[in-house]
Amino acid sequence: MTPITIEQVRKRAEADAQTFGYYLTPDPDLLQGLLDGLKVNEERYGYPSCPCRLASGNFDYDRDIICPCDYRDPDVAEFGACYCRLYVNKDIYEGKTPLPTVPERRPVEKQSRAFGPAAPPSEAKPAAAAEEKDEHIQIGPKLWYCKQCGYVVFREEPPYICPICKAKREMFAEIKTRTDFLG
Amino acid sequence: MQFSKVTGEKKHHKVVLYALSTCVWCKMTKQYLKDSGIEYDYIDVDLCNDEDKQKIRQEIQSKGGSLSYPTTIVDDKVVITGFRKDKLKEVLEI
Repeated sequence: MTPITIEQVRKRAEADAQTFGYYLTPDPDLLQGLLDGLKVNEERYGYPSCPCRLASGNFDYDRDIICPCDYRDPDVAEFGACYCRLYVNKDIYEGKTPLPTVPERRPVEKQSRAFGPAAPPSEAKPAAAAEEKDEHIQIGPKLWYCKQCGYVVFREEPPYICPICKAKREMFAEIKTRTDFLG
Repeated sequence: MQFSKVTGEKKHHKVVLYALSTCVWCKMTKQYLKDSGIEYDYIDVDLCNDEDKQKIRQEIQSKGGSLSYPTTIVDDKVVITGFRKDKLKEVLEI
């Protein structure tokens, strides 16, 4: 894998901010620190998970905190900035509003999965391993569609905001699938 | 579990900081405590092994904390989530 440069991390974030109408945090030191953290995580896990959250190293468990995370859009809408404050709205960017404190929106069950065991569990913890397996089945991915634009996504929960038409989470419905075996 | 100690002249509170090595807000908290002369212990949770992560999770949750970083625990009872200068100032009498 080609090593990623800090410039690439910055450009990607800038492009994403522009696409969605956001801005990168105006404080240069804070911005640099956030980009450095993203770079370290990308090198460490193979994907740029949020530098301010504990990742598990398991892609399926960390999917929702890969930057830009699932919680960015609702957090910027409600607080003006995302959880780590990399992405902010125009007022904060222009200094009209101070940088807010953004509470963690990620459910604690998802956060807990990063506290191991991410690697194959040791023989000392068979009960914990079974528990983890059950949990995985219960909250496995499903198909969801946006009733407004038809966007379809395969994940545990519907997105907070449709990435295509910006409809709210309530506009998503689960697609029930059935497999018939016809002989 | 290997905590790192940062020495300071103000030792009248037991300060434990759970941080992430990648988190810029955790770095600011470390710097703020250091600049304020507070002695504290910290651990970068993302660099710990799974066994230690489990222990840390239990420890933070047993004190009523959430699993966000930085989490500062003062005197084993006051939990401060995030880089909250105002709260740190008040609790640590900075």
